[in-house]
Amino acid sequence: MIGRLLASRGRNLTRREALECYLFISPVCVGLLAFTIGPILASLYFSFTEYNIIRAPKWVGLGKFHDLIQDELFWQSLKVTSLYVVMHLPLSLVLALGIALLMNQKVRGIIFFRTVYYLPSVVSGVAVALLWMWIFNPEFGILNTLLALVNIQGPAWLFDEHWSLPAIALMSLWGVGGSMLIYLAGLQGIPSELYEAAEIDGASRWRRFWFITLPLLSTVILFNLVMGLIASFQEFTPAYVMTSGGPNFSTLFYNYYLYENAFEYLYMGYASAMAWVLLVIVLILTLLVFKSSPMWVFYQERQKE
Amino acid sequence: MSVAQGTSRTTARRLEHFLTYLLLATGGVVICIPFFWMISTSLKQQMDVYLFPPQWIPEPVQWDNYRQVMTFWPFWTYVGNSVFVSVGSIVGKLIASSLAAYGFARLRARGRDVIFVILLSTMMLPSQVTLIPQFILFSKLRWIDTFKPLVVPAFFLGPFYVFLLRQFFMTISFELEDAARMDGCNSLQVFYRVILPLSMPALAIVAIFEFRGRWNDFLEPLIFLNSPSKRTLALALQFFQGSEGVLPQLHLLMAASFLSMVPLLVLFTVAQKRFIQGIVFTGIKG
Repeated sequence: MIGRLLASRGRNLTRREALECYLFISPVCVGLLAFTIGPILASLYFSFTEYNIIRAPKWVGLGKFHDLIQDELFWQSLKVTSLYVVMHLPLSLVLALGIALLMNQKVRGIIFFRTVYYLPSVVSGVAVALLWMWIFNPEFGILNTLLALVNIQGPAWLFDEHWSLPAIALMSLWGVGGSMLIYLAGLQGIPSELYEAAEIDGASRWRRFWFITLPLLSTVILFNLVMGLIASFQEFTPAYVMTSGGPNFSTLFYNYYLYENAFEYLYMGYASAMAWVLLVIVLILTLLVFKSSPMWVFYQERQKE
Repeated sequence: MSVAQGTSRTTARRLEHFLTYLLLATGGVVICIPFFWMISTSLKQQMDVYLFPPQWIPEPVQWDNYRQVMTFWPFWTYVGNSVFVSVGSIVGKLIASSLAAYGFARLRARGRDVIFVILLSTMMLPSQVTLIPQFILFSKLRWIDTFKPLVVPAFFLGPFYVFLLRQFFMTISFELEDAARMDGCNSLQVFYRVILPLSMPALAIVAIFEFRGRWNDFLEPLIFLNSPSKRTLALALQFFQGSEGVLPQLHLLMAASFLSMVPLLVLFTVAQKRFIQGIVFTGIKG
């Protein structure tokens, strides 16, 4: 009797619990439908249409994708963005790890250094772009002034089509503190006994790094790699603020070209097709990274109580 | 022998510390140069900005540049707009993501985990895929050139924060929650009487992250706002640069840029420790 009562009560509770759960997550579910999944499907539809907001969308099938393939600027923007990823991503991953290793040393005043290294990464966006435009100024900027001190004639940076993209990649390294901090959190989670044991066994510093630090940090590297990949494909502000995609389209970032099409020429169908191409590229690259991860990512066996 | 070895080992340690300091300090100086250059330029007389070789320390120091930025440029209007958008977003994301995180972490329901995985996977979407339809939606709603597109969605979004808070909520012991339920609390009461008070550090991290994101955001204000009086600080800086005759005003542009960075620099210096905890909480270290 009591057992049955408890059981029915239990069932009621579960049903009630489920209802409450749905209520708690409902605002986010509404957002997911209205601002994410709905728009994704809508942009897929728009990518098969000609649409300028003012007139109703006109179905053109694969027409916009066909236009894309023939658009030299589309290929240029893809090339610029890929080059940027290749310049920026490996360099920033390695640099961030290097700094994190230094930061992980137990020396006095480390918190001060951590703050200094971290701060540039919290101020991104327009102000940073404006500052670096001034730093890169060929005649009066600080960078070429410093280079002149060691007798190097600096290039025209943002005004030179060969140096504009490397300049933006260089600027991005200033904000490496964000991933540095994520590495640091990972480093501090590695038990120090492992290092002590290895030291007793006579393992050299290099071997300790190679056989303890790197494997135990590989999930963090994976995280930084995937997030960095997604973020670099969306770079926009430097192109808009510093170069307008120039000179000679050398900094025509994919996202900037998409913005021009969508919001300057109102080619909504064309821009949607670009957005979907980007989505597929990012998806494939992310999948490749994840697929390759068993070869280089070391997953600790999770301990369960 | 062993003593000698011991001494050589301490010398090695010392040398290592010294090298660490040397590297850290050199890197630190390099990192600070851009800040220094910005502040230095912002305190120069107009005619001293384009000198060769450049002046490192401004002579005379023009504090008046900052007064000019705050008076001849509607600086405080832009600050007000940025604060409004940031605070609105923070409030929205805090409410939406903490509610959802509680549901995902502590209440069981069919389909819950599937929804959670879908939610998480949207973090990896390039934002361009949703931006165009959002723009079309907001223009149909006549929300363009209002702050609504920048604030209203925040009350329904925030997958990363849901993830972060869920991780945190799962560490809170169920005994407390059970005790509260014994006392007759329903889930909503448990949520705001037990869970929220214990989660202040995690909520603070959400607020800080969101503040940074909104304060620095450029693309969305650029797309959704038109009127000069509605510009956020980041957007206004871009128009300051683009305005005519800006080149002679570089000292003012740098002063304005620096002012726009100050809230973030102060906030993150003060909240640094908490912020690092936040990264640990996300549990990405495996």
